[in-house]
Amino acid sequence: MIRLPFVLFFSALLFSAGVYGVLARRNAVMVLMAIELMLNAVNVNFVAFGSQLHQMGGQMFALFVIAVAAAEVGIGLAIVILLFRNRESINVDEVNLLKW
Amino acid sequence: MAGLKAQEYAFLVLAVIGSISAIAVVLARNVVHAALYLVVTLLSVGGVYLLLGAEFVAWVQILIYVGAIVILFLFGLMLTKAPIGRDTLDHQNRWIGGLVAAGVFVGLVFLVQDAFRVQDAVAAPTFRTTTSMVGKSLFRDYVLPFEAVSFLLLAALIGAIVLARKDDVA
Repeated sequence: MIRLPFVLFFSALLFSAGVYGVLARRNAVMVLMAIELMLNAVNVNFVAFGSQLHQMGGQMFALFVIAVAAAEVGIGLAIVILLFRNRESINVDEVNLLKW
Repeated sequence: MAGLKAQEYAFLVLAVIGSISAIAVVLARNVVHAALYLVVTLLSVGGVYLLLGAEFVAWVQILIYVGAIVILFLFGLMLTKAPIGRDTLDHQNRWIGGLVAAGVFVGLVFLVQDAFRVQDAVAAPTFRTTTSMVGKSLFRDYVLPFEAVSFLLLAALIGAIVLARKDDVA
């Protein structure tokens, strides 16, 4: 019963907030949080279009995205903790060992 | 544009709360506050799922995102140094990020408006899905992605243990 463009505007705003967070933050955990915001925006779109088209596929892929997001956060935080153990800092702009 | 329905009012309230707290996540000066704003955003997204008739996805959202992922974030913040203040948390040239994000937002809004025309959009009847429908669809039509996701979760589990383990234990 919700008109589709409203939901799409909401998800556009979530996605843009995530883009800003990924680009502007230095702290690796904050970057991961911003990535979660973007994944949520995608999920909102999936569910909204699935609801609009009366198909289950949207919800299915939203569930898969949630599972992949959980895996991603687990690995991401493991890397962050490893980074902190080795460098005493999790600022992403100080990790430049492989940068030419 | 016809008048708003009750569900749309509820959606607008949730969307405003979710948007404000999403912006607060990326602007907060304190990392723990950012994690708590993230909880508010995720809860309002879960409410949006409920309004869209996706009951199972809404509860999965609350269980996995709010219950597990945010707790993981808080663990990550506690195990690392959690500095406070915008200068240590953000890049100095964050205005470029702001510019790009504003460009993305304007572009997306323009695209959506161009494709769906908010003034003559009609509200389709809600597609209510039950958990049994989700289960049937999952194990009938989406078995292969389901298995792939389970394999991915196993790989992520092993990978996280291998990465976070201290080297001198081995």
